[in-house]
Amino acid sequence: MNVSLYIWQRATAAIMAPMILMHVVVIFYATRHGITAVDILARTRGSMGWGVFYALFVVAASIHAAIGIRNIVAEWSPLDDRAAGIAAFVFGLVLLGLGLRAVAVVTLP
Amino acid sequence: MIARTARHQDYRKNLHRSDLLWLAALLHRLSGLGLAAFLPLHFLTLGLAVDGEARLESFLRWSDAPAVKIGEAVLMFLLAVHALGGVRLLAVENLAWHEGQKRNAVLAAVAAAAMAIVFLVWIF
Repeated sequence: MNVSLYIWQRATAAIMAPMILMHVVVIFYATRHGITAVDILARTRGSMGWGVFYALFVVAASIHAAIGIRNIVAEWSPLDDRAAGIAAFVFGLVLLGLGLRAVAVVTLP
Repeated sequence: MIARTARHQDYRKNLHRSDLLWLAALLHRLSGLGLAAFLPLHFLTLGLAVDGEARLESFLRWSDAPAVKIGEAVLMFLLAVHALGGVRLLAVENLAWHEGQKRNAVLAAVAAAAMAIVFLVWIF
Protein backbone atom coordinates (compact mmCIF):
# COMPACT_ATOMS: atom_id res chain seq x y z
CA MET A 1 0.00 0.00 0.00
CA ASN A 2 1.48 3.36 -0.99
CA VAL A 3 1.33 6.52 1.13
CA SER A 4 -1.64 7.97 -0.72
CA LEU A 5 -3.76 4.83 -0.23
CA TYR A 6 -2.66 4.63 3.40
CA ILE A 7 -3.85 8.20 4.04
CA TRP A 8 -7.18 7.59 2.27
CA GLN A 9 -7.65 4.39 4.26
CA ARG A 10 -7.05 6.11 7.61
CA ALA A 11 -8.95 9.30 6.71
CA THR A 12 -12.07 7.38 5.67
CA ALA A 13 -11.78 5.29 8.85
CA ALA A 14 -11.66 8.44 10.98
CA ILE A 15 -14.67 9.91 9.14
CA MET A 16 -16.66 6.69 9.53
CA ALA A 17 -16.00 6.07 13.23
CA PRO A 18 -18.69 8.53 14.47
CA MET A 19 -20.95 7.64 11.52
CA ILE A 20 -20.89 3.96 12.51
CA LEU A 21 -21.89 4.93 16.04
CA MET A 22 -24.83 6.92 14.64
CA HIS A 23 -25.74 4.06 12.29
CA VAL A 24 -25.82 1.60 15.20
CA VAL A 25 -28.10 3.97 17.15
CA VAL A 26 -30.39 4.17 14.08
CA ILE A 27 -30.43 0.36 13.79
CA PHE A 28 -31.39 -0.06 17.47
CA TYR A 29 -34.05 2.66 17.14
CA ALA A 30 -35.50 1.31 13.90
CA THR A 31 -35.82 -2.26 15.15
CA ARG A 32 -38.08 -1.08 18.00
CA HIS A 33 -40.06 1.61 16.17
CA GLY A 34 -41.70 -0.16 13.29
CA ILE A 35 -39.57 -2.19 10.93
CA THR A 36 -42.08 -2.35 8.09
CA ALA A 37 -41.25 -0.93 4.67
CA VAL A 38 -43.97 1.71 5.08
CA ASP A 39 -42.61 2.84 8.48
CA ILE A 40 -39.00 2.95 7.30
CA LEU A 41 -39.69 4.84 4.10
CA ALA A 42 -42.05 7.24 5.90
CA ARG A 43 -39.13 8.21 8.16
CA THR A 44 -36.48 8.45 5.46
CA ARG A 45 -38.17 9.72 2.28
CA GLY A 46 -37.74 13.44 1.84
CA SER A 47 -35.11 13.66 4.57
CA MET A 48 -32.26 15.74 3.18
CA GLY A 49 -30.21 15.27 6.36
CA TRP A 50 -30.29 11.47 6.27
CA GLY A 51 -29.69 11.54 2.52
CA VAL A 52 -26.50 13.58 2.88
CA PHE A 53 -25.37 11.58 5.94
CA TYR A 54 -25.76 8.20 4.25
CA ALA A 55 -24.39 9.40 0.89
CA LEU A 56 -21.21 10.51 2.65
CA PHE A 57 -21.17 7.23 4.58
CA VAL A 58 -21.42 5.25 1.33
CA VAL A 59 -18.62 7.24 -0.33
CA ALA A 60 -16.31 6.75 2.69
CA ALA A 61 -17.19 3.05 3.03
CA SER A 62 -16.63 2.40 -0.70
CA ILE A 63 -13.15 4.00 -0.65
CA HIS A 64 -12.23 2.29 2.64
CA ALA A 65 -13.48 -1.14 1.54
CA ALA A 66 -11.83 -0.93 -1.89
CA ILE A 67 -8.42 -0.17 -0.37
CA GLY A 68 -8.86 -2.96 2.18
CA ILE A 69 -9.86 -5.44 -0.53
CA ARG A 70 -6.85 -4.34 -2.59
CA ASN A 71 -4.53 -5.14 0.30
CA ILE A 72 -6.11 -8.54 0.96
CA VAL A 73 -6.14 -9.56 -2.72
CA ALA A 74 -2.51 -8.44 -3.16
CA GLU A 75 -1.36 -10.37 -0.08
CA TRP A 76 -3.57 -13.45 -0.14
CA SER A 77 -4.16 -14.15 -3.84
CA PRO A 78 -1.79 -14.89 -6.72
CA LEU A 79 -2.73 -11.56 -8.37
CA ASP A 80 0.02 -8.94 -8.57
CA ASP A 81 -0.36 -5.38 -7.24
CA ARG A 82 -1.67 -3.97 -10.51
CA ALA A 83 -4.34 -6.64 -10.97
CA ALA A 84 -5.33 -6.34 -7.30
CA GLY A 85 -5.67 -2.58 -7.77
CA ILE A 86 -7.92 -3.01 -10.81
CA ALA A 87 -10.10 -5.61 -9.05
CA ALA A 88 -10.43 -3.40 -5.98
CA PHE A 89 -11.22 -0.32 -8.07
CA VAL A 90 -14.04 -2.18 -9.84
CA PHE A 91 -15.33 -3.46 -6.50
CA GLY A 92 -15.27 0.07 -5.07
CA LEU A 93 -17.16 1.46 -8.06
CA VAL A 94 -19.84 -1.25 -7.82
CA LEU A 95 -20.18 -0.59 -4.08
CA LEU A 96 -20.41 3.16 -4.67
CA GLY A 97 -23.04 2.74 -7.40
CA LEU A 98 -25.20 0.31 -5.42
CA GLY A 99 -24.85 2.37 -2.24
CA LEU A 100 -25.75 5.73 -3.76
CA ARG A 101 -28.66 4.10 -5.58
CA ALA A 102 -29.91 2.66 -2.28
CA VAL A 103 -29.59 6.06 -0.56
CA ALA A 104 -31.47 7.73 -3.41
CA VAL A 105 -34.26 5.12 -3.36
CA VAL A 106 -34.71 5.36 0.40
CA THR A 107 -34.34 9.12 0.95
CA LEU A 108 -35.55 10.92 -2.20
CA PRO A 109 -39.20 11.99 -1.95
CA MET B 1 21.91 -10.11 17.39
CA ILE B 2 20.95 -13.13 19.46
CA ALA B 3 17.52 -11.61 20.11
CA ARG B 4 17.08 -10.91 16.38
CA THR B 5 18.00 -14.48 15.51
CA ALA B 6 15.57 -15.80 18.10
CA ARG B 7 12.80 -13.60 16.69
CA HIS B 8 13.60 -14.81 13.16
CA GLN B 9 13.39 -18.42 14.30
CA ASP B 10 10.06 -17.70 16.02
CA TYR B 11 8.80 -16.17 12.77
CA ARG B 12 9.90 -19.20 10.74
CA LYS B 13 8.01 -21.45 13.14
CA ASN B 14 4.91 -19.20 12.77
CA LEU B 15 4.98 -18.58 16.51
CA HIS B 16 3.88 -14.98 15.85
CA ARG B 17 0.52 -16.42 14.82
CA SER B 18 -0.28 -17.20 18.43
CA ASP B 19 0.45 -13.59 19.45
CA LEU B 20 -2.68 -11.81 20.59
CA LEU B 21 -2.05 -8.69 18.49
CA TRP B 22 -1.48 -10.84 15.39
CA LEU B 23 -4.85 -12.48 16.08
CA ALA B 24 -6.40 -9.01 16.54
CA ALA B 25 -5.01 -7.98 13.12
CA LEU B 26 -6.41 -11.17 11.57
CA LEU B 27 -9.83 -10.55 13.18
CA HIS B 28 -9.74 -6.96 11.87
CA ARG B 29 -9.00 -8.19 8.37
CA LEU B 30 -11.59 -11.00 8.37
CA SER B 31 -14.30 -8.76 9.84
CA GLY B 32 -13.56 -6.18 7.15
CA LEU B 33 -13.76 -8.88 4.48
CA GLY B 34 -17.11 -10.03 5.90
CA LEU B 35 -18.49 -6.49 5.90
CA ALA B 36 -17.25 -5.90 2.35
CA ALA B 37 -19.07 -9.07 1.25
CA PHE B 38 -22.25 -8.02 3.06
CA LEU B 39 -22.43 -4.38 1.88
CA PRO B 40 -23.45 -5.04 -1.76
CA LEU B 41 -26.28 -7.29 -0.52
CA HIS B 42 -27.31 -4.63 2.01
CA PHE B 43 -27.46 -1.97 -0.70
CA LEU B 44 -29.33 -4.26 -3.12
CA THR B 45 -31.88 -5.01 -0.40
CA LEU B 46 -32.53 -1.34 0.32
CA GLY B 47 -32.78 -0.78 -3.43
CA LEU B 48 -35.75 -3.16 -3.52
CA ALA B 49 -37.88 -0.16 -2.56
CA VAL B 50 -37.28 1.30 -6.03
CA ASP B 51 -40.35 -0.58 -7.33
CA GLY B 52 -42.53 0.32 -4.37
CA GLU B 53 -42.77 -0.90 -0.81
CA ALA B 54 -44.03 -4.44 -1.47
CA ARG B 55 -40.70 -6.07 -2.36
CA LEU B 56 -38.86 -4.43 0.55
CA GLU B 57 -41.69 -5.44 2.87
CA SER B 58 -41.47 -9.04 1.64
CA PHE B 59 -37.73 -9.08 2.39
CA LEU B 60 -38.23 -7.53 5.84
CA ARG B 61 -40.77 -10.21 6.77
CA TRP B 62 -38.29 -12.89 5.62
CA SER B 63 -35.73 -11.27 7.91
CA ASP B 64 -38.02 -11.91 10.91
CA ALA B 65 -36.86 -15.56 10.87
CA PRO B 66 -34.73 -16.44 13.94
CA ALA B 67 -31.81 -17.65 11.80
CA VAL B 68 -31.71 -14.30 9.98
CA LYS B 69 -31.78 -12.43 13.30
CA ILE B 70 -28.80 -14.45 14.49
CA GLY B 71 -27.08 -13.55 11.23
CA GLU B 72 -27.83 -9.87 11.89
CA ALA B 73 -26.27 -10.17 15.35
CA VAL B 74 -23.16 -11.69 13.75
CA LEU B 75 -23.04 -8.72 11.37
CA MET B 76 -23.36 -6.38 14.34
CA PHE B 77 -20.34 -8.14 15.89
CA LEU B 78 -18.35 -7.77 12.66
CA LEU B 79 -19.22 -4.06 12.43
CA ALA B 80 -18.43 -3.38 16.09
CA VAL B 81 -15.19 -5.36 16.22
CA HIS B 82 -13.95 -3.80 12.97
CA ALA B 83 -14.85 -0.28 14.12
CA LEU B 84 -13.37 -0.66 17.61
CA GLY B 85 -10.28 -2.40 16.23
CA GLY B 86 -9.94 0.43 13.71
CA VAL B 87 -10.20 3.08 16.42
CA ARG B 88 -7.48 1.23 18.35
CA LEU B 89 -5.25 1.25 15.26
CA LEU B 90 -5.85 4.97 14.66
CA ALA B 91 -4.93 5.64 18.29
CA VAL B 92 -1.74 3.55 18.01
CA GLU B 93 -0.69 5.36 14.85
CA ASN B 94 -1.62 8.93 15.81
CA LEU B 95 -1.38 9.23 19.59
CA ALA B 96 1.55 8.80 21.95
CA TRP B 97 2.47 5.14 22.46
CA HIS B 98 1.30 3.53 25.63
CA GLU B 99 1.44 0.01 27.01
CA GLY B 100 -1.62 -2.19 27.21
CA GLN B 101 -2.32 -2.78 23.50
CA LYS B 102 -3.13 -6.45 24.08
CA ARG B 103 -5.58 -5.49 26.81
CA ASN B 104 -7.18 -2.91 24.46
CA ALA B 105 -7.50 -5.49 21.68
CA VAL B 106 -9.23 -7.92 24.04
CA LEU B 107 -11.50 -5.14 25.33
CA ALA B 108 -12.49 -4.27 21.76
CA ALA B 109 -13.43 -7.89 21.00
CA VAL B 110 -15.31 -8.31 24.27
CA ALA B 111 -17.20 -5.03 23.81
CA ALA B 112 -18.14 -6.04 20.25
CA ALA B 113 -19.38 -9.44 21.44
CA ALA B 114 -21.38 -7.78 24.22
CA MET B 115 -22.94 -5.38 21.73
CA ALA B 116 -23.91 -8.25 19.42
CA ILE B 117 -25.51 -10.14 22.31
CA VAL B 118 -27.44 -7.04 23.46
CA PHE B 119 -28.59 -6.52 19.87
CA LEU B 120 -29.73 -10.14 19.62
CA VAL B 121 -31.78 -9.78 22.83
CA TRP B 122 -33.08 -6.42 21.56
CA ILE B 123 -34.46 -7.83 18.29
CA PHE B 124 -35.91 -11.09 19.65
